[in-house]
Amino acid sequence: MATAVVDEADKRQSPLSDAVVVRFAGDSGDGMQLTGGQFTLSSALAGNDFATFPDFPAEIRAPQGTLFGVSAFQINFGSSAIDTAGDAPDVLVAMNPAALKTNVPSLKQGGLIIADEGEFNDRNLAKAKYDANPLEDGSLAKWQLLKLNISQLTMDAVKPFGLGNKEALRCKNMWTLGLALWMFDRDRAPLIDWLNAKFAKAPDLAAANVAALNAGHAYGETAELAGPLKQHHVDPAPAAPGLYRTLTGAEGVALGLVAGAQLAKLPMFFGGYPITPASAILHHLSRLKEYDVTTFQAEDEIAAICSAIGASYGGSLGVTSSSGPGIALKGEAMGLAIMTELPLVIVNSQRGGPSTGLPTKTEQSDLYQAVYGRNGDAPMPVIAARSPGDAFECAIEAVRIAVQYMTPVMLLTDGYIANAAEPWKVPDLTAYEAFPVEFLTEVPEGGFKPYGRDEKLARPWVKPGTPGLLHRIGGIEKEVDTGHINYAPANHQAMTDIRKDKIDGIKVPDQVVELGAEGGKLAVVGWGSTFGPIHQAVRRKRAEGADVSHVHIRHIWPMPANLGELLKSYDKVIVPEMNTGQLKTVLRDQYLVDARPVNKVSGQPFTIAEIEAAIEEALK
Amino acid sequence: MNQVTPITRATTLKDWETDQEVRWCPGCGDYAILKAVQRTMPEIGTAPENTVFISGIGCSSRFPYYMETYGFHTIHGRAPAFATGLKLANPNLDVWIVTGDGDGLSIGGNHTMHLIRRNLDCQIMLFNNEIYGLTKGQYSPTSRVGTTSPSTPYGSVDRPAQPAAFALGAGSRFVARGFDVSKKLPEVLKAAHSHKGAAFIEIFQNCIVYNKDVFVDFAAPKGAEDRQLWLENGEPMLYAKGTKGIALDAEALHLKTVDVVDGDWQAAGVIVHDVTNRGVAHMLVEMRFGEFPMALGVLYDDPRPTFEADVWRQNAAAAEGKTADLQSLLKKGQTWTVAEGGPDL
Repeated sequence: MATAVVDEADKRQSPLSDAVVVRFAGDSGDGMQLTGGQFTLSSALAGNDFATFPDFPAEIRAPQGTLFGVSAFQINFGSSAIDTAGDAPDVLVAMNPAALKTNVPSLKQGGLIIADEGEFNDRNLAKAKYDANPLEDGSLAKWQLLKLNISQLTMDAVKPFGLGNKEALRCKNMWTLGLALWMFDRDRAPLIDWLNAKFAKAPDLAAANVAALNAGHAYGETAELAGPLKQHHVDPAPAAPGLYRTLTGAEGVALGLVAGAQLAKLPMFFGGYPITPASAILHHLSRLKEYDVTTFQAEDEIAAICSAIGASYGGSLGVTSSSGPGIALKGEAMGLAIMTELPLVIVNSQRGGPSTGLPTKTEQSDLYQAVYGRNGDAPMPVIAARSPGDAFECAIEAVRIAVQYMTPVMLLTDGYIANAAEPWKVPDLTAYEAFPVEFLTEVPEGGFKPYGRDEKLARPWVKPGTPGLLHRIGGIEKEVDTGHINYAPANHQAMTDIRKDKIDGIKVPDQVVELGAEGGKLAVVGWGSTFGPIHQAVRRKRAEGADVSHVHIRHIWPMPANLGELLKSYDKVIVPEMNTGQLKTVLRDQYLVDARPVNKVSGQPFTIAEIEAAIEEALK
Repeated sequence: MNQVTPITRATTLKDWETDQEVRWCPGCGDYAILKAVQRTMPEIGTAPENTVFISGIGCSSRFPYYMETYGFHTIHGRAPAFATGLKLANPNLDVWIVTGDGDGLSIGGNHTMHLIRRNLDCQIMLFNNEIYGLTKGQYSPTSRVGTTSPSTPYGSVDRPAQPAAFALGAGSRFVARGFDVSKKLPEVLKAAHSHKGAAFIEIFQNCIVYNKDVFVDFAAPKGAEDRQLWLENGEPMLYAKGTKGIALDAEALHLKTVDVVDGDWQAAGVIVHDVTNRGVAHMLVEMRFGEFPMALGVLYDDPRPTFEADVWRQNAAAAEGKTADLQSLLKKGQTWTVAEGGPDL
């Protein structure tokens, strides 16, 4: 289990036992994300551990049948710990020629292709730039091929319901799901319940989809004797006892922010502007009014953060969220929050950049932007989540630091974490220590100083509306203590030092070693969503006897106090990142360690094999 | 906080002055506006601690430092966005936005438009001096064509924005005009404050250094009555001591000036000002000075439900009957239990 039982996972004998990778690929209108999502749910209910990777185009409805319109959903599930969505699929479901062409190269040798031959007509073959039909010309010989006319089989199955051609074909994905459920010995009942609930207002559609699902399942049963199709049961994965659900990163962030606000005893104000892949956080929070959450879809990214700062000024927990390009627009306002020392949480769901870049693909290339990307000496804490479940914890941590230190905090996730789902052990909220905010409500002994400091160097938080504590704040340099405008050289030096000391002094937990030992030949240091592939790769290499450890940094700024010493205790340090070496540079700068980069900037997550290769290279 | 309770208290002008040294250029129109606001606040009767002045960047935006209230001097053009967040967080606060022609119509035009469209309950004082003062005199989005400035040595070629027309076009439910040294400015401010919703006030302000006397044509005391049309709700649109008025050319569907003989404005067809008449308001904000007098006072005032009140109402309705039990929210959806010793399916 990617986060919940990381400790358990290491104890297991064979990390590879009985894990299967399935990729559903089709046209972006074929409903592959829905199919994948429901198959994920069925994996969860079967007790498997899993990780998923939705991979879809930026266009909502890309032209049908084209190579760039292919939408895919990969799931890795198994009876042991699963940390990644899997390197290469064992099974590829290809709903058209374009889906086959773009996805088959990554299929494992000997893997199974299930193709809808009904879609392999001349027109679609031409769109996918196939000269000949790959289902017929022997070019797929190194894989097992099962060609079915899924389109026709679906049409036959839903015939009794009198749907039009187009609507009938829309049930193809449920037929495919039915077949997949049979292949992995899954219970159909929860899916049938889900379909009935989803189409409650259109009973015909519900019945047709259920019929398609059942037909796909029945096909598996009857076809088993002949072709390459075999039923395969994957046992439940051992997991810590408790109640589980599936969680995406966007849900993790949203729920964590609500939990953080509750622990701080504050109402939450969320100012957002639609942007991929961050919008899901706004969507989740906008339904949670009863949790004292106000959401505001602003006119632009700048207004989104400024409204959040305005709300923080008014005594709410201000939160804003975006992805790289939007974060760039928010930079000036972050500086104001630093200058006026108001709490704020900024969530950055990173995507491929620069500029518009790759909106639906994942990357970790905003680390410099998070740590350094503002004018002036503008220090700001940065936290990075490693998984959907960890996003929940990190969001709470971000809120805690923001309100206790009166500072904006950036929480980094990425497109992969935001969209991917994992099983999540529902935490017991009573186990979290509350950190209720105390507003200043009357003149303290010694007089009121708007820029006076507590032992953490935090200034008091005063809500407008409070009698006796009237004051003015703004972005012009503040005078020490009084907060009046002051341009004096010594004062600017003093205030710059205070702002830096405050952030440097934030108490963050000591860095732990995720896997392996303190000290040794090699540390693989990661951050964010590379946790999965690094963890699996280090585990495999250690099983082979290699002296390698995994260190995963959550607190990007300020860094844990022991991190420098820890890194220096290894002969070598490599830093795999989905960028050109940003954490590597920060580590070198902070600790003068010879951190070596391992980079991948393709919009796709690392595979385990890639990290293993990097470890082998480093240990040569 | 469904019910907004106005907090009132008896104050004097002194209660609204800070101890901070005012740093505008000597003779700047901002001094007069500051005094007018400080003089108006006791008459409005609100409490300083419940009042927040929010500004962007520019000469006008230093305003909050000089008001003994809560104040937030933010970043260039974004004051409306901060005000929106603040007012949504606490609808009880009396929020005033101070901005200028550059801050509110150039870099921040987008936010001004959306705040007005949403109808956030606040007062927007836009100090229009038709120039960038704090950056040393470049032409602004309200500068007249041909304005020579450091950035337009051969004269500006772009056409100016008209603040009042912009506000009305953005959906404003209150549009007023005044000018810095006008004795009637406090009345305009009071009307703006009593309007529930976004109240837009264009205040012509004399920049003594970079655009001196740009409004002298209508603001100069001498001959003012011929050049200023002070609008009063329910009163005929008369000026020049009642010898001239504004009438509707019904054929051409635009306004015209008419002579009023012997005070018989009805015979001359002079319009009676109805602040709720949006059609006439559109004509008033477009009325060109020169051909017409400058329309001043409350041009339009017809309140609608406000944004923050609607948001709070919707939040309350959506939360009604639900408990904020986060633990049960975490368990929402399809869940499964893993028992001691293995999965329990």
